[in-house]
Amino acid sequence: MAMQFYASPEQIMRDRSEHARKGISRGRSAVVLTYEGGVLFVAENLTSLRKVSEIYDRIGFAAVGRYNEFENLRRAGVRKADLDGYSYDRRDVTGRAIANAYAHALGAIFTEQVKAYEVEICVAEVGATAEADEIYRITYDGSVQDEPGVMAMGGQAEAISGALKEAHRADLSLGEAVRLAVKALGSVGGEGGQPRTLGAEQLEVAVLDRRRTGRTFRRIAGATLTALLTEEPPAAPATESPSEPPSEPPPAKEKQASPQSAGSDDLEILDDLGDAEQ
Amino acid sequence: MPAGFDPSGRLPDFFANPGTSSFTQFLSVHAPELLPGRRPLPPGYSADMAPHATTVVSIVCADGVVMAGDRRATAGNLIASRDIEKVHPADPYSLVGMAGTAGVGIELIKLFQVELEHYEKIEGAMLSLDGKANRLAALVRNNLGAAMQGLAVVPIFAGVDLAATDPAKVGRIFSFDVAGGLYEETGYDGIGSGSLFAKSALKKRYRPGLSVDEAVTLGVEALYDAADDDTATGGPDLTRKIYPVVMSATTEGTRRHTDEEVGAIAESVVARRMENIGG
Repeated sequence: MAMQFYASPEQIMRDRSEHARKGISRGRSAVVLTYEGGVLFVAENLTSLRKVSEIYDRIGFAAVGRYNEFENLRRAGVRKADLDGYSYDRRDVTGRAIANAYAHALGAIFTEQVKAYEVEICVAEVGATAEADEIYRITYDGSVQDEPGVMAMGGQAEAISGALKEAHRADLSLGEAVRLAVKALGSVGGEGGQPRTLGAEQLEVAVLDRRRTGRTFRRIAGATLTALLTEEPPAAPATESPSEPPSEPPPAKEKQASPQSAGSDDLEILDDLGDAEQ
Repeated sequence: MPAGFDPSGRLPDFFANPGTSSFTQFLSVHAPELLPGRRPLPPGYSADMAPHATTVVSIVCADGVVMAGDRRATAGNLIASRDIEKVHPADPYSLVGMAGTAGVGIELIKLFQVELEHYEKIEGAMLSLDGKANRLAALVRNNLGAAMQGLAVVPIFAGVDLAATDPAKVGRIFSFDVAGGLYEETGYDGIGSGSLFAKSALKKRYRPGLSVDEAVTLGVEALYDAADDDTATGGPDLTRKIYPVVMSATTEGTRRHTDEEVGAIAESVVARRMENIGG
């Protein structure tokens, strides 16, 4: 048998942590924050590979780090959510359960595998009010933190988080929240410490819309996002009544053209199956 | 046991394995007991055991499709339910209805809805309309064993094809046989015991290019004709205010027509039949 060099468990864990932290800090950042109309995800992303996506009706997912690793986690999360929703009820799928499953998986990977995952992920669930929103941060070693209101992850997350927390309020409108998030993301990484200006094409933006029933996840892109970034919209889409079909996000036309995002208001998935049995 | 719960602390299998985009295939590996058609059934023919759901019709219109189903479920000579719902949205752009053993049908629809949503979430894009129909055919096929013992269910699937270049081909209807055969229908189709009469009514009245409202009226009339001649199909129940479930799918999404809307149409249909029994 070959003689192995002894390395203390502390040393192994330290090395793995350092490896994961290095990988994460190289990537672009993402922020998640609550606003008056729901939960907003903003990620700096130049590619068409998604960092932000839908897990379930009221649960969203954002991640930074290595794409193949967090994509694997995202798919597992969707599977767990759909399986639980199918075996129990759609209401029984909670953000906390998904966050716990991720913590379990990342913890197992961190201790068992040779290489830790270089990812940091966020699971957010939108509640009926801003106080009821839940935002969880799960790090590479499987630890979970409940982050009330706002969180940032990725390279220079501390600085971004600081900029966010200063100006964040739970009653921000969607436009205000998007501009705050983009300003915070742009506050780091510029030449000589100067803030950068991020355009719509450099961003991936999505919301969990508090007032919708059923699937609440919506992506915001293109003209809608540009409008939110540049000006103060007189009637923010977040303040519209829940009954009328939202003009944004995203506009109905855009939805037709690329049916990539989740469904329509009228999709009464499974709820009416329950009614049938009454 | 919910997946992901493994007290050993080891990585749950489904976190490690990238797998497919199909929820059904995922279930078949990780929770096969949840799949209809995977349960061992005692030998024998048991068609009379569970309630049966009956007639559903679907009609292509200019903007998409309309689907309407009566509200009756029967158990032998008895009415098992007066207000069962046989028509459901499959996803934002398509509708699914079922006839046959009600319990199996409802499970099939529920599984199909999750299947489509799951694919969309995993892949970030919707299945094509033909892809959705093929998935439903596969689900029906898996139920063949139970169907041969009398627990048969046959769905009908209709939706808008967002990739269609010809505006006349936006709305499409697919029918299925009990062995999982998939057939595309032209103009209209019906399933269930009353479909014979409903389709005869539609044959005389259907014409291409109907508006959604015209197609809804046509569907309610066809169900009236089915209920007229088939005991297992319920007509509009004006005393209890139970009306057919009518849904439409267009490029704007799916919509369930409210009881007030359908009630008004049902009442006008009944009033017309007072004048002329044949409609």
